[in-house]
Amino acid sequence: MSIELGHFSLILAFAIAVLSTVGGYAYWRSGQRIALVLRQGAVLQFVLVAVAFGALIQAFVVSDFSLALAVNNSHSLKPLIFKISGVWGNHEGSMVLWILILVAFGAMVAAFGRRLPNDLMALVLATQSLLTAAFAGFTLFTSNPFERVLPAPLEGNDLNPVLQDIGLAIHPPLLYAGYVGFSICFSFAIAALISGRIDQAWARWVRPWTMLSWTFLTLGIAMGSYWAYYELGWGGWWFWDPVENASFMPWLAGTALLHSALVMEKRNALKIWTIFLSIITFSLSLLGTFLVRSGILTSVHTFASDPTRGLVILSLLALVIGGAFFLFALRASSLRQGGLFAPVSREGALILNNLFLATAVGAVLVGTLYPLVLDALTGTSISVGAPFFNLTFGALMAPLLLVLPFGPLLAWKRADIVSAAQRLMAAAALAIFVAILVSALGGVALSLAPLGLLLGFWVAFGAVAELIDRSKLGRIPLAESWRRLVGLPRTAWSTAIGHFGVGITVLGIVSTTAWETELVTTLNPGETATLAGYTIAFDSFEQVPGPNYLSDEGRFTITAPNGSTRQTMADRRTYVASGMPTTEAAIETYGFSQLYLQLGEPLENTHVVRVWHKPYITLIWLGTILMALAGVLSLTDRKVRVGAPRRAAKPVAEPAE
Amino acid sequence: MSMSASMRKKGWTRKQKRLAVIAGLGLVLALATTLVLVALRDQIVFFYSPSDVISREVAAGQPIRLGGLVKDGSWVRDGQNNSFVVTDGANDIAARYVGILPDLFREGQGVVAEGSLGPDGQFQASNVLAKHDENYVPKEVVEALKASGEWRPEAGQ
Repeated sequence: MSIELGHFSLILAFAIAVLSTVGGYAYWRSGQRIALVLRQGAVLQFVLVAVAFGALIQAFVVSDFSLALAVNNSHSLKPLIFKISGVWGNHEGSMVLWILILVAFGAMVAAFGRRLPNDLMALVLATQSLLTAAFAGFTLFTSNPFERVLPAPLEGNDLNPVLQDIGLAIHPPLLYAGYVGFSICFSFAIAALISGRIDQAWARWVRPWTMLSWTFLTLGIAMGSYWAYYELGWGGWWFWDPVENASFMPWLAGTALLHSALVMEKRNALKIWTIFLSIITFSLSLLGTFLVRSGILTSVHTFASDPTRGLVILSLLALVIGGAFFLFALRASSLRQGGLFAPVSREGALILNNLFLATAVGAVLVGTLYPLVLDALTGTSISVGAPFFNLTFGALMAPLLLVLPFGPLLAWKRADIVSAAQRLMAAAALAIFVAILVSALGGVALSLAPLGLLLGFWVAFGAVAELIDRSKLGRIPLAESWRRLVGLPRTAWSTAIGHFGVGITVLGIVSTTAWETELVTTLNPGETATLAGYTIAFDSFEQVPGPNYLSDEGRFTITAPNGSTRQTMADRRTYVASGMPTTEAAIETYGFSQLYLQLGEPLENTHVVRVWHKPYITLIWLGTILMALAGVLSLTDRKVRVGAPRRAAKPVAEPAE
Repeated sequence: MSMSASMRKKGWTRKQKRLAVIAGLGLVLALATTLVLVALRDQIVFFYSPSDVISREVAAGQPIRLGGLVKDGSWVRDGQNNSFVVTDGANDIAARYVGILPDLFREGQGVVAEGSLGPDGQFQASNVLAKHDENYVPKEVVEALKASGEWRPEAGQ
C-alpha cells in the first residue's frame, strides 16, 4: 500500500512540476501572486518526493519483496544501514534521490529567498520545476522504481557486495547534493537571461548556492576517492576514470564559478562569463550523472548503468543543455558589462584563475570524450589514461598554483604586484627551503617531485602569509595583531583556509606519488616481511562466517619503525546470495602516512600478500576537508548567508580586499 | 608573470589593455591546445584483441591494452606469479602478471590487461582490470569477440 502511495506522490509531484513550469513561464511578470503560488508548489513538490523516497526506504527496510527494486537490490539478511543505502545503489532508486535533492533545493529557495524579487523568484522556481518535471517524467516513464512483482519472491538477490559499505551510504548523497545544487545556479542563470535582470544583487544571491553545492561536491568527490581507495583494493585513490572525470569537471567549473561570481558581486564585471559558467557547471553535472549511466562510456565505478535508456538520457541532456545555450546565444549580447579594471588587480588574478580552470575542464573533457569520438569516427578503440591527464592537467595547474598566493593580496581595480611579491617573500623563501629539505631527506624518486612539493608548500605558506599580512603581525603590537586576526571577516578566513587546503592536497598527492613503496610476496602464517621500516608478521588465517558472507581472515601484527606494534586484519569475503568475492584491505594509519595491506586468494597453504607504504597520503583528503570547511565558513559569514541576501546597508569598508 | 610589466606602465588605453588581456588568453589557450595535442599523440593507449596484436604486428615494449577472454584451463599460479592466455577465439596471446589478480578474474571471463609485449612475444601485464560486477564484460572485449564471431550474449551478459 505504501508503495502505491509513494508512486502516486511521485506522479503528483511530476504534475505539480509541469504546472509550475507552464504557469511560471507564462505569468512571471504577475508579481507576488505567481511567486507565492510557485513557492507553495516548490514546497509541495519536496514533500511529495520525500514521501515517495520514504516509501522506497520503508519497502527496503521491511524487505518487501513484492517491490521489484527491492528484489533486485536487497536481501533480508543485509544489515539495516545497507538496506537503506541499497535504495540508491541502483539506477531507479538513485534517480529518486536525485529528484529529491533537486526539489529540496527548490524548496530551500522558496523558503529562504523571501527577499528575492517576485519575477526572479517565479523564473527560478519555474526553471527548477522544469528540471524536476523532466527528470521525474524520465523516472516515471522509463525507470519506474515502484514496479511490483507477482508473486513476490521469498528472498532478494542482494546488493552488489562492493556497494555494501558505509561509503555507499554517504558518497552518493553528498555527490548528488553537489551536482544537483548547481541546478540552482543554472535556474538563476536562465532566470537572468529571460528577465534581463543581471546585476551585483544577482551575484550575491547566486554565490551562497554555488558555495553550498561546491562544498557538497568537494566532500562527495573526496569521500568517493577514499571509498574507492579502501574498497576496490588497488591502493589507488584516483584513476582518471570517466566517472571520476565526470565528477571532477563540474567541480573545476564550480570552483571557477565561485571565483567569477565574486568578481561580479564586488565589481559588477564578468557578468556574461558568470552566467555562462553557471550553465556550464550544471551541464557538466548532468553529464556527470548521466553520461556514464547512458552506457556509452564504461567505468570501473559505475553501479547504476542502464544502456537501454541511453538514447532517452542523451536526448534529455541535449534538450536541457542545448536549450540553455540557445537562450544564452539569444540574450547574452543584451546584458551590459560594467566594472573596469587593470590587468594586474584582484579581478585580473581571478580571471587568470578562471582561465586556467576553464582550460583544465576543456582538457579533461577532451581526454574523457576523445575515445568516444574516435570510436564513432574510425572504429579504433583507444584508452586515454592517467599519462594524458597528468601531463595536460598537471601542466595547467602548475602555473595556476604558482600565481594563486598573489590573488588575495592584490587590490581590486588596480594593484601593485611588487608590493604583493614583497609580502610573499618570506613564504616563498620558506617554501623553497622546506621543499629542498624534504626532497633531500626523501631522495629524489621522481624528477618533478621537488617542483610539486615547492608548489604545495608555496600555496600553503602563501595562505598563511595572507593572514599574517592582514593581521599586520610583527608590525604592530602582538595583542593588536591577534585582535585583528580574530576580527577578520569569515570570508577572509575562508579564502585562506581553502587555499591552504589546496596546498595540503597537492603535498599529499606529490609525496604519495613520488615516495610510495610496494611489496608483493607470498607468506604463510608465521612468516614475516618488511617494507619501509615496517615489519609485517602474518599471524594466522581462518575462515569465519559474517552476517551475509563467508570471510577468509588473515591476521597480521605490524611493527612500526619506532617499535610500536598493532594487530590488524585483512579479509576476503564471499557473499552468500551472489557468490561474489570482495577484498577488504587492512589500512593502518601512522601519522599522515598509511600502510595498506591486501590478502590474495589462498593457494594450497600459501597466501599472496601485497603491501603498500603510502607516505602522507591522508593529506590528500585532509586538504579537501579543509577546502570544504572553508566553504562552510564562508556560508556562515553574515554577508553571504544562504538565502538571507540583503543589500549592504552601507558601503562596507574593506581596506585589504 | 608577463602581466606585471604591463601593469606598471601608465597610460595604456582601454583598447591596449583589452588587447593585452586577449593576448594573454590566447597564449594560455594555445599552450593548452598544444599540450592536449601532444598528449593525445603520445599518451594514448590502443586497445587490441589477440588477433589485432598479431595482424598489426604490435612492437615489443609498446604500451597497449590487451582484451579478450581468459582461456579455460590456462591460468597457472605460482605464488604471486600468474600466467594465463588471453583469447578472442581466433588467436591466443600468453600473458604474465606479478601480483594479486582482481577478485573477479576467472577463466572464461572477460579481461583487460595493460602492459606490453616482451621480446619473447609474451604479454607482460602491469595492470589487470576486471570490473567488480559478476556480469561485466568490458565493452571493447564485447566488440572484439563480436568481430571474431565468438560473442555469446547469453554467456556474457
